[in-house]
Amino acid sequence: MQRYLFSRLLQSLLLMVGVLILVFFLVRLTGDPARLMMPRDASPEELEAFREAMGFNEPLHRQFFSYMGGAAVGDFGRSLHYRAPAMRLVLERLPATLELALAAMAFALVFAIPLGIFGGSRPGGVWDTICRGVGLIGQTVPNFWLALMLIVYFSVQLRWFPTFGRDGLRSLVLPAIALGFFPLGKFTRLVRSAVLEVRSEDYIRTAYSKGLLDRRVYSHHIFRNVAVTLVSIVAVQFGYMLGGSIYIESIFAWPGIGRMINEAVQARDFPLVQAIAVFSACFVVVLNLLSDIAYALIDPRIRYEA
Amino acid sequence: MKPILEVRDLQVNFDTVDGTVHAVNGVSLDLHQGETLGVVGESGSGKSVSMMSLLRLIPQPPGRIVAGEALFRYGDQEVDLISLKKRPMVSIRGNRIGFIFQDPLSSLNPLMTIGDQIRESIERHTSRRGTEARKRVIELLDQVGIPDPEARYRNYPHQFSGGMRQRVMIAIAIACDPEIVIADEPTTALDVTVQAQIVDLMNRLSEELGIAVIWISHDLGVVAGIADRVAVMYGGTIIETGSVDGLYAHPRHPYTVGLLGALPKLHINEPELVNISGTPPSLFAPPTQCPFEPRCPWAFDRCRAERPPLEPIQSASNETHLSACWYDLENDRPRRRQA
Repeated sequence: MQRYLFSRLLQSLLLMVGVLILVFFLVRLTGDPARLMMPRDASPEELEAFREAMGFNEPLHRQFFSYMGGAAVGDFGRSLHYRAPAMRLVLERLPATLELALAAMAFALVFAIPLGIFGGSRPGGVWDTICRGVGLIGQTVPNFWLALMLIVYFSVQLRWFPTFGRDGLRSLVLPAIALGFFPLGKFTRLVRSAVLEVRSEDYIRTAYSKGLLDRRVYSHHIFRNVAVTLVSIVAVQFGYMLGGSIYIESIFAWPGIGRMINEAVQARDFPLVQAIAVFSACFVVVLNLLSDIAYALIDPRIRYEA
Repeated sequence: MKPILEVRDLQVNFDTVDGTVHAVNGVSLDLHQGETLGVVGESGSGKSVSMMSLLRLIPQPPGRIVAGEALFRYGDQEVDLISLKKRPMVSIRGNRIGFIFQDPLSSLNPLMTIGDQIRESIERHTSRRGTEARKRVIELLDQVGIPDPEARYRNYPHQFSGGMRQRVMIAIAIACDPEIVIADEPTTALDVTVQAQIVDLMNRLSEELGIAVIWISHDLGVVAGIADRVAVMYGGTIIETGSVDGLYAHPRHPYTVGLLGALPKLHINEPELVNISGTPPSLFAPPTQCPFEPRCPWAFDRCRAERPPLEPIQSASNETHLSACWYDLENDRPRRRQA
């Protein structure tokens, strides 16, 4: 287990260095970073001053080392728009984004797991039909459209929830549903098909041959094996949620990283975009690390072999 | 003494998109206390399906037990396994009748320690809990010949060899002192040397614990080494049954004759092995004739018109040698019609 953890940690670190290098060169590959970051109508003098200030007129290798040095201590320069350290701005927005993502994930899992299990345990039955319906609708309805419909109905007509902003639990409900709807569909389908698959395994027949009741077979034999598949997908999906939340956070004026990406891109705030890119990559890497650990905790074959 | 298991006219169908498969067409057999019955037949002959149907372990749907009864006697009780309600059926499984499957790796849950997998059965059927259940598991592991059972308790299936896994399966099957153990090709997935060990272990356990064993196999050699009696299955029905000695020495059904002829013998220098020409019957049509008729060198018109019942062979001195054939192989003439 320790060796497994160590190798995973090392892989994650290497991956992060790779991401940093990629971000550094992507900015420079697109041409003159100063032109990219400054407004279109900036004068040559302004551009020169900007290059001087940002260090873009230094030799590439020196730029690279000072960039990597900064990255090592979390310094990604200052946001042009907010005039504050870029990474600090990102981290300030993190709690709001995490809160929304966790709520959306919880919403998706709370409904998807029982639905998938009921559906998968009786293929062709009523629950299975509901299950497949949810799977289809969840994965096909665009979340920005759903967000607007939710606002129209629940906020404007029924006045149950606020239309936007982050102000207590009530304001969390609609964005969480809108963001969690896609993963709800995806997880429902996944759990259903995993249950169907595991149900036909030989060891399930063994479990029944021992005289175990359905309840026990499902809780101790089927679900644990379904969880192996679920864990890795949940982690990946959680990473996607950061990206998907760009629309949702913008629609609900949710003060998180997603909305900040939108603002940063529109304001051509390159240091901020860079910081968000690095942070998001870092976030996904950490998620994968966590899912690897969870995976190993559930499946002994991984725990012992690595 | 009455047999502990009496199966009469068991019929099992499978509904598929291509039509109904008549997998088991009227299987009848008796199993006496402490005896080992070998059920042999080729793939698709219905041997596994019929035995699994006894515990209703076949998936339903698509499987369907159409007819038959299976009287199971234990203690002073007598129940029909086929018509039994779900709850009492579930408490017979793993408790009074244990099951061992073919591939021990896929038959054990990869995410559970083997100790817990055995213990589950004990806690389900007995009053043993906690350390007491644990003690029983360790006792069982020791009994099936797993060294260092205390430490092995916490191991997972992937940490065991094939033979050791099958020993774990046996421990699960005998955990609650069952009357019957049904072993579905338990040695097929194992090396030959390990096969012999498992056969020895099962012989010893059935003797020590007085368990009746139904040993399903396609291997006539293995069955000869373990069984007291043999039932040969073909096309979803038993075509011949008798004591191992009687049946192997004097097969009375053309299919059994063919099977034994196809077995390589070490003591005779045979120029060529005999094979049974043709292919196994399609099970889509409901059986109205002898299933072996198309491949049988002795077949005559009656074989196509009527299905032969499983009856004592006419010349046999012992009553337990039964064959389902219209032809009297011993006297080389069609069997006489009985009044």
